[in-house]
Amino acid sequence: MARLTDLPPSLAHHLADLECPTHDTTPWVNGPPLSGRRVAIVSTAGLQRRGEPTFDLGDSGYRILDGDLPASDIVMSHISTNFDRTGFQQDLNVVFPLDRLRELAARGVIGSVARFHYSFMGATTPEAMAPTARALAPLLQRDGVDALLLAPV
Amino acid sequence: MSGLAHVFEAAGIPTIVVSLIREHTVKMRPPRALWVPFELGRPFGPPDQPALQTRVLEHALRLLAAPSGPVLEDFPEEAPHSASAETGWTCPVLFRAPATAGTQQDALRLAVRREIAMLRPWYERALAVRGRTSVGVSGLSIDDVLEHLCVPLLAASSAPNAAACTADSLRLAAEDLKAYFTEAATAQPGTVSSATVLHWFWHDTSGSTLLRALQAHFADSEDPTLRLLSALLLVPRSQA
Repeated sequence: MARLTDLPPSLAHHLADLECPTHDTTPWVNGPPLSGRRVAIVSTAGLQRRGEPTFDLGDSGYRILDGDLPASDIVMSHISTNFDRTGFQQDLNVVFPLDRLRELAARGVIGSVARFHYSFMGATTPEAMAPTARALAPLLQRDGVDALLLAPV
Repeated sequence: MSGLAHVFEAAGIPTIVVSLIREHTVKMRPPRALWVPFELGRPFGPPDQPALQTRVLEHALRLLAAPSGPVLEDFPEEAPHSASAETGWTCPVLFRAPATAGTQQDALRLAVRREIAMLRPWYERALAVRGRTSVGVSGLSIDDVLEHLCVPLLAASSAPNAAACTADSLRLAAEDLKAYFTEAATAQPGTVSSATVLHWFWHDTSGSTLLRALQAHFADSEDPTLRLLSALLLVPRSQA
């Protein structure tokens, strides 16, 4: 369904024409077996704690999603109107699969789930988000994260 | 998403991208990516499909075992077809004919207020079943959301609280209005596609007439933030 050919033409053209930064090389880090990894989620769905400052146009910041935060306290303030929100409204795991991740930890598929997760707002350009992401990396490392799931919306 | 993968991986943290737009991922070459054939807004598939969500998650995480990259794999399952399940879906309430573009502002406000009241039992059922709501980003009650959205349209555009209506406050109020309607509409048992729900909202409700009226009101605004609101942030491209 997210195939460009399945989207309304105006949205498909908009997405096809979006400028994407290119990279000559791809960084690569190895790690322990999956069963020993600590996993965090970074979403670009514009998720945030209810009552926090909302994301706005050009916002390159992130919001912290404490693993203890009840699902009822998580809302979405992404600026785009061009993606489905009804799935998220019915089931948070559609965009932020923390429950599923915890089940994988309980089964021993992964080592553990990080204490903190984070959300950016994906309408901001990758270039604008990069400095904030670089500043966030040490926080993830301090939490022991050695597997980062990057979830779009 | 792929841009963030480059940053975090370069900082020493192994990453896996879930990709919704394969073309973007191919261009940006993140270390590891799993493309999923789901609609925008649903990177882990349809709601209330925990087994499918788990399969997506496991497939993505197992890309960490690759010895070198970049790696881009396609998730092999499509979203379950729900057309047969949704044939029974009907609007949970019977609205009068929705207000139209020619409806006077006061009448439009009353029409939306009536719809909010009629949907309330369904909204509250959804809240009780799910234990959560996505309504609330504006910080206003749903009744105040409606009042806020009507301020720019009322004849007295110099109303005392008109200055409180910024592009951002109107955008967030519009998001809350849409979320209230669509959460109520999906409260019935069974499944319904996002396309069906959005078609209902954008064609059969006075709530959408109000948002289109705001879109038209600000189309030629002198304020660039309000012009942007009008052009992009109220009505999806698919419904323009």
